[in-house]
Amino acid sequence: MTQYVSTTPGLCPLPDWAKDQLQDLKGNQREDLIDGTEDEAVSETYSQVRDDLIAQQQDADLDRVVEGQGRWDDFLAHPLAVHENVETHGIVRYYDNNNFYREPVVTGDLTFDGDVASELEQASEHVDAGLQGVLPGPYSLADLATDEHYGDEDEFLAAVAEFLAGELDAFPDVETVFLLEPSLVENPFANERGETVSEALNTVTAATDTDVVVFPYWGALEEHVYAHVLDAEFAALGYDLVSDHDNNIYNIQEYGSPDDVALGVVDGQNTLVEDPDTVRERLAWFEEQTPLEEYGTVYATANVELSYLPVSRYKEKLAVLEEATKQEVVA
Amino acid sequence: MTREQFRPADHPHDHFLLTTVVGSYPKPKWLHRARDLWNDDESKVDDEDFEEAKDDASRLITKEHERAGIDAVVDGEMRRNEMVEYFAHRIDGCECNGPVKVWGHNYFDKPSVVEEISYAEEWLVSEYEFTSTVTEQPVKVPITGPYTLANWSFNEVYNSETDLAYEFADLVNEEVEQLVEAGARYIQIDEPALATTPDDHAIVGECLERIVDGIPEDVRIGLHVCYGDYSRIYPEILEFPVHEFDVELCNGDYEQLDVFTEHEFTKDLALGVVDVHDKEVESVDQIKENIKKGLEVVPPEQLTVSPDCGLKLLPRDSAYQKMENLVTATREVEADLDAGEIEYGNPTVPADD
Repeated sequence: MTQYVSTTPGLCPLPDWAKDQLQDLKGNQREDLIDGTEDEAVSETYSQVRDDLIAQQQDADLDRVVEGQGRWDDFLAHPLAVHENVETHGIVRYYDNNNFYREPVVTGDLTFDGDVASELEQASEHVDAGLQGVLPGPYSLADLATDEHYGDEDEFLAAVAEFLAGELDAFPDVETVFLLEPSLVENPFANERGETVSEALNTVTAATDTDVVVFPYWGALEEHVYAHVLDAEFAALGYDLVSDHDNNIYNIQEYGSPDDVALGVVDGQNTLVEDPDTVRERLAWFEEQTPLEEYGTVYATANVELSYLPVSRYKEKLAVLEEATKQEVVA
Repeated sequence: MTREQFRPADHPHDHFLLTTVVGSYPKPKWLHRARDLWNDDESKVDDEDFEEAKDDASRLITKEHERAGIDAVVDGEMRRNEMVEYFAHRIDGCECNGPVKVWGHNYFDKPSVVEEISYAEEWLVSEYEFTSTVTEQPVKVPITGPYTLANWSFNEVYNSETDLAYEFADLVNEEVEQLVEAGARYIQIDEPALATTPDDHAIVGECLERIVDGIPEDVRIGLHVCYGDYSRIYPEILEFPVHEFDVELCNGDYEQLDVFTEHEFTKDLALGVVDVHDKEVESVDQIKENIKKGLEVVPPEQLTVSPDCGLKLLPRDSAYQKMENLVTATREVEADLDAGEIEYGNPTVPADD
C-alpha cells in the first residue's frame, strides 16, 4: 500500500519577530548577510528561529520536519556563501523571482565545511523522529555559483558534488534528504553533459544510506534531462504538479519513475490556501494518470521552498498538507 | 523631444545630460519613529501629526535632491512605505497578509489580490502637488508599473498574471491622467519585474499602450527596469510607447552594456552610474568613466544620468554623496563634451568587403 508522507522542501519564512530582530542585529546591506562567522547575539537569535520553525512543523504534525534553513540568506546558494574559499559579489536575481542572492564566486578548493550539518545537528536535539535534511542539488548549486578556480564546468560540477557529499556525510541521523534541483528545469543541461550530471548526483547520494529525494521544480524536466536524471541512484524523484502537471505526467508515461515520488501539490508561491480535498484529488489524479506505476512512498509537499509566503499562510499550508495525507482518509 | 523642457535656464554647458534619480531615498530616522508612534495605540501621535511629519520629510528630502544639483527631482518617496504595498492599500480588491522576503533582510508586505480590482483613492496626485510647491525644479513622478504590481502580488482571482497586469494597467492610466492634469510632465513607470520571465516584454508593451492612452505627447514617459537579463527584452522594448529607458548596469560592472550596442538605441538612455547596494561612494572620476559607458550606446542628447535604482537602502550620507558626485561628474563630462575632449559613438564597424 502506498504510504503518504507530508513534508516540505524547507527554507521556511522567518517568524515576523525574527525578521525585525535580525534586521536590527545584522543590517540590510549585502555585506551584513550570513557568512558563517556570526556573533553570539545573531547565533542565539537563529537558535530561537530554529526552535520556532521546528515547533511550527511539529504543531502541524507533519511526517517530516526540516531544520527550516532560517539562516539561508542567499537561498540555495547558502552552502557556498558561507564557505571560506568563496567570495560573495553583487546581488543577482534568484531564478525568475523577485528575489535576490549574493553571487558566490568560487576562488579556491571546495573543502569540507560542515555548516549545514551543524545546523541539522542542532535541529536534531528537538526532533525525535522524522528529521529531514535539505541541500541544494549539485547541478543547481553549481548553476547558482561562478567558478573562478576549477576552470572547467564539468570539473566544477564534480567539485560541488564532492563538497555536498562531504556535507551530507557529516549529517546526523535523518529520515530523508531533499536535494533541491530547480536548475534542472530552469537551466537544463545539454544532452552531452547528461552522464556528468548523473555522476554528480551519484556522488552526492552515495554519501548517505538515507532515502534521498531529488526535487526539481518550477516546471517539468525536459525529456533528455529526465532520462539522464533517472540514470542516477536515489530513492525518490520530485514532480512539481502545481507549475506543470501535464509534462510531468508525460515524462512518467514515457520513461517511468522511481518507486517513490515527491509531489508538489500545494502552491508555495500563492497565498490562496488549498482545500485538503483538492490536495487529495491532486494526489489521486496523479496515480490515475500513471496506472503502470506502483508507488511505495508518496511525499506530499509544497512545490517550491516556502520563504515566498507570509507566515500566516505558510502555517495554514502546513496544516493542509498534514490533513490531506492522513492515511485513513487517503486510503 | 521631451527632455529640453527640463534644461535649467542657467545651465552652464551647451551639452545637457539630464540628471535625475530613480525615486526612493533613505527616510530620516525621525520619520520611522513618527510612524512607529502613529502605529502605537498608547501614543498621542495622531493622523494629523503623522501627515505633518511626512510633509516635513518630503520638504527636507526634495531640498536634499535640489542641493545635490539633481535636475529632475523627487521627494524620495517619503510617503510611500514600499513600491507595491503602497499602491495595493489604495486599490480595492487587494489585501496584505504579512511581510515576505525579497533578499537578505529586506521584506515587503506582498499583497494578495482576493477580489476583482478597482480604483479606490488617488495614489500620487497629492504627493506630486505637494512636492511641486516645495521646489522650482521639475518634479519626476515614479509610479510602480502594472506588470510589477501583478508579478509581485499573489494572484488568487484572475486566470493569469497577464490578465491581472492589464487590469492594473487601466488603473495606472487613470492615475497618470490625473497626474498630468495636476501638471506632471515626467512620469517614470517602474517595472523591475520586467526582464525576469521570457517574453514578458510583450505583456509590458501592451500594458504601456494602455497607460499612455490619452496622455499628451509632450509628457515624458520613462521606463525603469533593473536587475534583469536585458538580452531578454532588447531590442523589443524599442517598440514601447515611452521616451526613455532607465537601466541598472553599474551593479553588474556594465557587463550587459553590449546588449544595447547590437541594435541602434533609438530611445533616450537613463544610465545607472552609481551602485545602490554598496555604501562606498564612487569617486567623481569613476562616475565619469561610467557616464562614458553610456556614450558608447547613445549620443549625449539621448543620455540621462541616474543611480542604478532607488537609494533607500543606503545610509543617508552615502546616498547624498552619491547624488552630489553624480551631478559633479555629469557637469564635468558636459564640459569635456563642449570642449570636444570626449569622443562618443560606436567604434566604426568595418565594411563587409
